[in-house]
Amino acid sequence: MTEPQIQPGAPAIEVRALHKSFGENEVLKGIDFQVDNADVVCVIGPSGSGKSTLLRCVNRLEDPTSGDIFVEGIKITDPDIDVNKVRSRIGMVFQQFNLFPHLTALRNLTIAQQRVKKRGTEEAVAVARRNLEKVGLADREDAFPAHLSGGQQQRVAIARALSMDPDMMLFDEVTSALDPELVGDVLGVMKQLATEGMTMMVVTHEMGFAREVGNKLVFMDDGVIVEEGVPADVLSNPQHRRTQAFLSKVL
Amino acid sequence: MAMSPRKRAQLVRGVQYGVLLLAFVVASFVADWEAIGKAFFDVGILLRMLPDVVTVALKNTLLYTACAFAFGLVLGLLLALMRLSSVGAYRWIATGIIELFRGLPALVVFIAFGYGLPIAFGLQMPGGTLGTVTVALGLVGAAYMAETIRAGIQAVPKGQMEAARSLAMSNSWAMISIIIPQAFRIILPPLTNELILLTKDSSLVYLLGLSAGAAELTKFGRDALNVERSMTPLVGIAICYLLITVPLSIVVRRMEARSERAR
Repeated sequence: MTEPQIQPGAPAIEVRALHKSFGENEVLKGIDFQVDNADVVCVIGPSGSGKSTLLRCVNRLEDPTSGDIFVEGIKITDPDIDVNKVRSRIGMVFQQFNLFPHLTALRNLTIAQQRVKKRGTEEAVAVARRNLEKVGLADREDAFPAHLSGGQQQRVAIARALSMDPDMMLFDEVTSALDPELVGDVLGVMKQLATEGMTMMVVTHEMGFAREVGNKLVFMDDGVIVEEGVPADVLSNPQHRRTQAFLSKVL
Repeated sequence: MAMSPRKRAQLVRGVQYGVLLLAFVVASFVADWEAIGKAFFDVGILLRMLPDVVTVALKNTLLYTACAFAFGLVLGLLLALMRLSSVGAYRWIATGIIELFRGLPALVVFIAFGYGLPIAFGLQMPGGTLGTVTVALGLVGAAYMAETIRAGIQAVPKGQMEAARSLAMSNSWAMISIIIPQAFRIILPPLTNELILLTKDSSLVYLLGLSAGAAELTKFGRDALNVERSMTPLVGIAICYLLITVPLSIVVRRMEARSERAR
């Protein structure tokens, strides 16, 4: 097993000629793109366009069929790599929250710190409380997920990922399962993270967030990147016909 | 004749209760109450069974069942994880063991461990009677529990494992601290049912030829039957079995009702 070495100055995420098939179904048909440090890259596109699969390949929840992915210069598609070492630098937040329902909010945040980062209880709890406070839920640390609203659960999930001190965060349609009035709290937390300089890759349907917070927008359709650029430009002046068709439906 | 649906439902229900009541009345007139009392409810015999029926027989039934259940639970978990393993050999071995011990009558397994092993290999099960019961009954229980546990693990949403792995937990740590605790919560009712089944199957231990001190409820009842020339001892041990199994059933119902509410 090779010990991964971070390359200073390397982009946070670099994807080269990425292909991914599920059986006969080719979901990603050659993706090349890059996320620089402190970038907030928003990925939009119709459902089934492969944007979630792309995100899940970046922390190897899905194994690419071919192509390479580098995270901070480390080739994570190398089969000999210790994938857990890489994953501990990448935080991920899911559409369905995926909090651990048998653990309190605080324990959700400490368990991986203790098991993976080998932090002592005291340190893990201190980090967890700091992150719960950051997402505005310091008073709910003893609550079980079932007793939290969807928006609160999602903010706990963000705090859980942050507690591993990741260098970058992946967001997979994190507001899609929320009631409309709860979306704002979650987006607010994400916006704050962005202003603090967190590197973020955000698969989203929130065009307002992409325009306001993102500094790069990627439009995917049918397994390829159709168009990318500055969010305001792409959103108000899309060059490609497929981008125009998609935006006319959602805006 | 026009009859409202509500009237008709009332009539149907009334007839059903009437038939039941009639059967009960007829049975109670036909039955020879004196003979029944003597054969089944001889208080003198019941009192003579005390205290041994509790201090020896009930205690042994509980002991055999607890040991077999504990062994079966650990082995069942192991078999369930083997069934879900990505290593083919583990899956085949676990499937073989599960099919074998689920397919054979518990009686046959008892004979195999009590008499087969000594004859075939000159081996006695370590731990004497208790050791044999633990392994034989435990294996039968494990075969059933393995499938229950596997179903429980598979019932935990896939996102739980993905969340754990994305927090850089290893597969085994995620299993131990995230997946298995949730799986057991889901399968608590069927596992308690399995405990009830094992309680009754522990009676098969009589095959091993028990000394008086090792007798459990069924063996104790059969011995008393031979002495007393009355069916009363059977009623005595039946009460003891129900004292174990009915509270367990109530616990299961409570748990099911609670998980129903939580949904």
